[in-house]
Amino acid sequence: MTAVESLRCRECGRTYPVEARHVCDFCFGPLEVAYDYDKMRALVSKESIAAGPPNMWRYAEMLPIHLPSVIDLSPGFTPLVRATRLGQHLGLDNLYLKDDTRNPTGSFKDRVVAVALSKALELGFKVAACASTGNLANSVAAHAARAGMASVVFIPRDLEATKIAMTAVFDGNLIAVDGSYDDVNRLCAELASERPDWAFVNVNVRPYYSEGSRTLAFEVAEQLGWRAPDHVVVPIASGSQLTKIHKGFHELGLLGLIEDGDSVRVSGAQAAGCGPVATAFETGADSIRPVRANTIAKSLAIGNPADGWYALEIVRTSGGAIEGVSDPEVIDGIRLLARTEGIFAETAGGVTIATLCRLAAKGIVRRDEVVVAYITGSGLKTVEALGDTVGPSATIKPTLEAFNALTSEEINI
Amino acid sequence: MSVTVRIPTQLRELTSGQGEITVEADTVREAIDQLNSAHPGIGERLLDDSGNLRRFVNLFLAEEDVRFLEGLDTPITAGQTLSVVPAVAGG
Repeated sequence: MTAVESLRCRECGRTYPVEARHVCDFCFGPLEVAYDYDKMRALVSKESIAAGPPNMWRYAEMLPIHLPSVIDLSPGFTPLVRATRLGQHLGLDNLYLKDDTRNPTGSFKDRVVAVALSKALELGFKVAACASTGNLANSVAAHAARAGMASVVFIPRDLEATKIAMTAVFDGNLIAVDGSYDDVNRLCAELASERPDWAFVNVNVRPYYSEGSRTLAFEVAEQLGWRAPDHVVVPIASGSQLTKIHKGFHELGLLGLIEDGDSVRVSGAQAAGCGPVATAFETGADSIRPVRANTIAKSLAIGNPADGWYALEIVRTSGGAIEGVSDPEVIDGIRLLARTEGIFAETAGGVTIATLCRLAAKGIVRRDEVVVAYITGSGLKTVEALGDTVGPSATIKPTLEAFNALTSEEINI
Repeated sequence: MSVTVRIPTQLRELTSGQGEITVEADTVREAIDQLNSAHPGIGERLLDDSGNLRRFVNLFLAEEDVRFLEGLDTPITAGQTLSVVPAVAGG
């Protein structure tokens, strides 16, 4: 059972059948899945969700898929961690981290790919494709392997070694492109017109793909005891994840599962080396000017973000803010999170923590707020970003003498 | 100058299904004008009432976003390809 009605253009409201198409034929606006919320309300309750599996399929009736046919690597329902030590460091009394490093392929992308490729199978596709900064590549290759689909994954050639290996190991087609992510994305957007029989998860089946990110809101609300947080901090690449988290809380309000779905303040995190949305927020611009990306946060390195405008609008109207943080701040953010909470995040997580540091220092994120920062990918994927900032504090011979000779700088208990 | 314009699926109903159209033009704006003369209706799908590129349309001349060049005034050299691509993709 699903409550899906149609696809609807976010700009002009024209509706389309539930098939593989992502933009409005008339105005090129993005298509979104439209639901019958009365029907959805009849399908779900707190009890029915609690009785579901310990993964994101507990919200299957709120997703645009049919549960029996999903490709299942058990994504989602990741821990919501109370971050007492990081909170103390930042002066925040109620800080939580949504630890989405704990997904099958190590990032939140498993949520969106699980929906996109399950829908693609349902629509009869046999080939999965995508343009990726790495995390999506890992997840598409894994889900395609699980389903026995062919896959064609396009990445910029200069990705982190682990993200390349974590895609290639699944033995689909991996095409490294001599260009930036934006070049890869343009190529795939053009290819989608030439290969209509391929499901490009972030092109022609993007309306279904992006819906998967709503589970990041559903889970947080459920894990907080069916209430919305006061403030969330979310990284911005294309802006899709931020807009869908916002939408998720709104929908929970519509469904009567929480009372305060529209009161969540939403803040965004970008790297200064690729911060078109942060720049627009800072300057008060009413459009997003594309940039050429240059940052170690490669998973956020989208210079021309498809949903940047919508993300900006949500941040402004919800009373949040967006920061563009430097690469050294990103490294500091990764290390601060690791040191205080025992969670190793990839560069995007460093961007989020660095942004949280700035917002807390400015008083934009307030001490008394229930704050959730989304940590969207595992640090194992971007180890090289740390460079020589971490390593052994000493290297010794296997003798007691050598150990006893260590200085207080070399061993600090 | 002769320029090949690549047409996305969404506009092919206006080009009798053709994915590539060749026009004569010295700038990107002229190419759109020529395209619109040959296939009426395409112009308004790409440009707003003030003649600016619509928010959800990207144009790439020789694989480069024209917003990084001189926008609609970007000069065209012979043999280049102009791609019309819906902006909403990726991420």
